[in-house]
Order: sequence, then structure tokens, then C-alpha cells
Amino acid sequence: MSYSKPKFKEKYSNFINGKFVAPIGGEYFENTSPIDNSLIAKYPRSQKEDVELAVDAANAAKEAWGNTSATERAKLLNKVADIIEANLEEFALVETCDNGKPIRETLNADIPLCVDHWRYFAACIRAEEGSATELDEMTLSMNIKEPLGVVGQIIPWNFPLLMLSWKMPPALATGNCVVLKPAEQTPSSATLLMEKIADVFPPGVVNIIHGFGPEAGKPLASSSKVDKVAFTGETTTGQLIMQYASKNLNPVTMELGGKSPNIFFNSVMDHDDAFLDKAIEGAVLFAFNQGEVCTCPSRILVQEDIYDKFMERVIARTNGIIQDNPYDINTMVGAQASNDQYEKIQSYFKIGKEEGAKVLAGGEANKLSGNLANGFYIKPTLLEGHNKMRVFQEEIFGPVACVTKFKDEAEALEIANDTLYGLGAGVWTRDAHQLYQIPRAIKAGRVWVNCYHAYPAHAPFGGYKKSGFGRENHLMMMNHYRQTKNMLISYDKNKLGFF
Amino acid sequence: MERVTITKEAAEIVKQLQLKHGDLIFHQSGGCCDGSAPMIFEKGDMYLDASDILLGKIEGVPFYMNQDQFEYWKHTHLTVDITKGRGASFSLEIPLGLRFLIHSRLLTEEEATFFKTK
Repeated sequence: MSYSKPKFKEKYSNFINGKFVAPIGGEYFENTSPIDNSLIAKYPRSQKEDVELAVDAANAAKEAWGNTSATERAKLLNKVADIIEANLEEFALVETCDNGKPIRETLNADIPLCVDHWRYFAACIRAEEGSATELDEMTLSMNIKEPLGVVGQIIPWNFPLLMLSWKMPPALATGNCVVLKPAEQTPSSATLLMEKIADVFPPGVVNIIHGFGPEAGKPLASSSKVDKVAFTGETTTGQLIMQYASKNLNPVTMELGGKSPNIFFNSVMDHDDAFLDKAIEGAVLFAFNQGEVCTCPSRILVQEDIYDKFMERVIARTNGIIQDNPYDINTMVGAQASNDQYEKIQSYFKIGKEEGAKVLAGGEANKLSGNLANGFYIKPTLLEGHNKMRVFQEEIFGPVACVTKFKDEAEALEIANDTLYGLGAGVWTRDAHQLYQIPRAIKAGRVWVNCYHAYPAHAPFGGYKKSGFGRENHLMMMNHYRQTKNMLISYDKNKLGFF
Repeated sequence: MERVTITKEAAEIVKQLQLKHGDLIFHQSGGCCDGSAPMIFEKGDMYLDASDILLGKIEGVPFYMNQDQFEYWKHTHLTVDITKGRGASFSLEIPLGLRFLIHSRLLTEEEATFFKTK
């Protein structure tokens, strides 16, 4: 079964204060599809004034929204979930067109997960309570969670609607108003969502600003009228956003990527069974979403005594990946999101080969035929080498895994932790001791054990080291969008006696 | 001898940005999405200190990289190039529909010796 490019309007607007608003300067940029480099539509090239409009609208709405009952807020979050679910195929098609990822992923992973994240936080806010402690018989300490106010959110282009759905629901559930800037590569699904939910929230509670990082992202990140900034992206922008936040003494959360190790101990090959099959798929998951995942398992570490036999199967499985038209339901790997990513990945092939990495699979662009010849396709690639090579140390953000071998647990850990980052990791073993001890020794915020690339709303996600700080998903996320009001109440009628 | 150079096409864009923004710096980013790419900012926009290694100047623009990252890069020579694209960072060339990118090669033996003794 195959779908085709969805229909778009000629141009779209920002969503500010409950309405679609044209950019003040009247400028737009052209957004194209990486599938065939064709035009999708024009989106606002917003400037500082547009951002201010959105931030002001959010500030005007924050008092009333912050005082709206949890019951009502949860109801509205659930309504958004229902709307996305009812239009799942439409959202999936738009997402595939804008990002280049295969339709089977957007239909079965991205969009259903979005629905679940909205529902999860609707449930969390209903189930949650503050706390009260009797400090002594006359004194009560009451902790009440209050919203921060206005939250600025800057999201990436690899999972456009899902990253929106990771960031927006917890902020809204806890009573904040949001100004969100989608990545300029992928503005479409956020816009479609605003069209579908335009009337759900009171005006000003949800605002979407399109535009370029230096023109629209920076004013949002540095606005003194924003109470918190949440960012997913890379380290330099992360540092800049923290700098701006320091001027406003604002909290921030940062998710800045990784170079995640995926470790295979020899016991995975003790039997040729369903688990081994799962482990091999687990290694090949580096190609999931064209490798454009912060937690891409881009370093495959295999114990030396099973290395040849294990890699033989991984290579065969990698070569079996179907890379074709992303609208085709059988396609497993689609197009990279933009030309600059496509070029960057190829420049890594070059330096990898120069450093002595051996190409086990792929290693070049994939020239597809017809319209797709204009798209940005890279063959799923395995490079064999050692951990000091640059391809082992830098996030390539493509369907590229670097493979190396290790002798024992100590060496596996040494290699796994020899990285600036600490976002994700995978551990595959049948050994009950390794199942616990190895993940505990890896310096990363998420270790998948005998699985990979699962992102349930219920499990906290975030980085160690240069991968950032703060967590996403899980109810603990709500405290990243709140402050604690402590009420210290005395029931004692008698004075202190000091004065 | 230089650790970092720039292509003619990229240099043209740097000049264009200098006219608009004045003094600039390059900073090499790491991490996900638009990371692993050089970014260009107005001088003074980014807080730099001793942990940022100055690799050299291209078109009069200093090129910095964090020292932790430099440890993994120091055996390579970098060429800043420009390509069509659309990054999502705050880098100043993005509104032009262009992105700076890095081509790398290993340092020659002569270069490696030079930088080691320097």
C-alpha cells in the first residue's frame, strides 16, 4: 500500500492568542519535503515582534489558566489526544512529507505515541497531590505546586509532533502557558495541530511561532517575559540558551544528544532463538528514523568471541533494509531531513574512511529514481573501527553505526563511557548479573536492557554529562514546569517572646 | 600551517555576514540534530573562556571548539564549507537558506609534528 503527498495551503500563519496571525513583517520562508525536495508551503519568517506578541498573549492568559482546575486542564489535554487520534492518518502523512521518515513509522510509532503522551499527563495531573507536614503540634508546612507562568519551548525536527507532545502536555497540565517554536525544517504538523485544536484552549494558552533560530528562536530564548525555556538540540545552542537564561535567572532543561553505545555480550549467541533475533534487530535499530534520533545506538560494541558470527547476521539484516519511497508502507528507511544533514553524513563517511574505518555495509548516498532522485537518501551504514575515531565520537545523525569489539566487561564499560555524552545505551545479555551491573555502571540517563528505542510516556528520559539535564516524560517532568509554594502555618496563639 | 581553512564559497558568505553583523566568531557544535556543525555568531554573543580552544582564524573570524571535543578532533584538519540547507540553531547564515559544514582530513605528518611542537 502506498500513500501520496498530502495537500497543503499555499501559506500558513503563526498561532497566537487563539488565532492564526500573519507575521508582522510579512515575510515567509519556503518549506520543502526531503522526500523529493518539492515545495510544501510557505511559513512565517517571524521576527522579535512576532515572538513578543505571542509571549504577551501567553502572559495575559497565564493567571486564568494557572487557576483553572486540574479537572478542566486534564479534560482539555484528553480532548487534544482524541483529536490527534481521530486524525491519525492525516497527521502521519504530513509528518512523513515534512520530515522524510517512512509512513509506517509515523502511523505506528510517532503519532500513536503523541496521543499517549497527551493522555498520560492528563492522567498525572488528576492523580497528583501536594503535601502537608505537621512540623510540631502548632505548625503545619503545606507544599503547593504552582505553575511557572510562561514557558518557551524550542523543539527539533527529527520527531516534530512527538517532541511537541513531549514538551507541551506537561507544561499545560501544570498550568503554564506555552510559546513553542517548531524547527524551521518541520513546521507542518504543529500547524496542522493548531488548526485542529484552535478552539480547545482559552486564547493565549498555546502559541506557535515559526521562523529561523537567530530571528525567532533567540528572542524567545532570551525573553525576560518567559519564565522557563526547554530545549532539545545541540550543545552550542544549548550553551547559548543557558547564557540567556542566566540573565533572566530562569530555569532551563536541555536535551542535547548523544553517542549511545549498544553492547552485546557473548551470551546473546548461546541459542539461536527468538531472543537472538531480537538482539540482531536491536543492533540494526541504528537505522530507525534514518538515525535521526538523539539516542541512536550509533556505537555497536560486540564481545570478541561472538563478533564475526554476530556481525555476519547484523550485516545481512542491515543489507535487507528496504529504503525507498517513504509513502510506501513497506519502506523501512526514508530520507534524511535536509540537504545539510545529507552533506554532513557524507563528510563523516570521508573522514571515517581516512581514519581507517572499514565499511561493512552502505557507506554512501542512495540515489533513488524518479522524483525521489531529488531527495536526501543515505544507505544504512556500518563502519568498523575503534572508539577514538571521530565517527565513534560525534553524533552523525544519520543511519550510521560504528562497530567495534571488546574483550570483557571492563573493556565494554571503558569503551561505552569513553564519550562526551550520556543520553542512551543498550545492554544485551542472558546473564542475570550483567543485566543489572552493566547498566548501573554506564554513565547515561537511559539504559535499555534487552531492548532499545522504546519511549513510553511513563519512563523518565534525559541525559548525563554533555547530553544535558532535566528529564522528559514521566510525572517527574511536571516539576520541571513548577515551583513550590510553601505555606508555613502557625496555629499557636502565643507570641514568640522576642520583642 | 593551519588547522582550519575555509572554501571560497563559504568565505563569501562570511563576508556577507560581517557586513550585516560586524565582528563574528565560529563555534563548533556537538550533539544531536544540527550539531557536529560549525555555527557563526556575533562576537560577544557567546561566552567563551579558557575551555574554548582557538583553532585559528578564517576570513578574520576566530574558530573555537570546546577543549573536550578538541581532544577527539585534534588529529584532523578542518575546512569550513557552505551548502544549501536549513539548520535549526541560532547560527546567523540560516536565514540565507545555507548552512556551514565541516570537511575533515587527517593532519599530514608534517602538520602533526608542527602542531605537536607548537
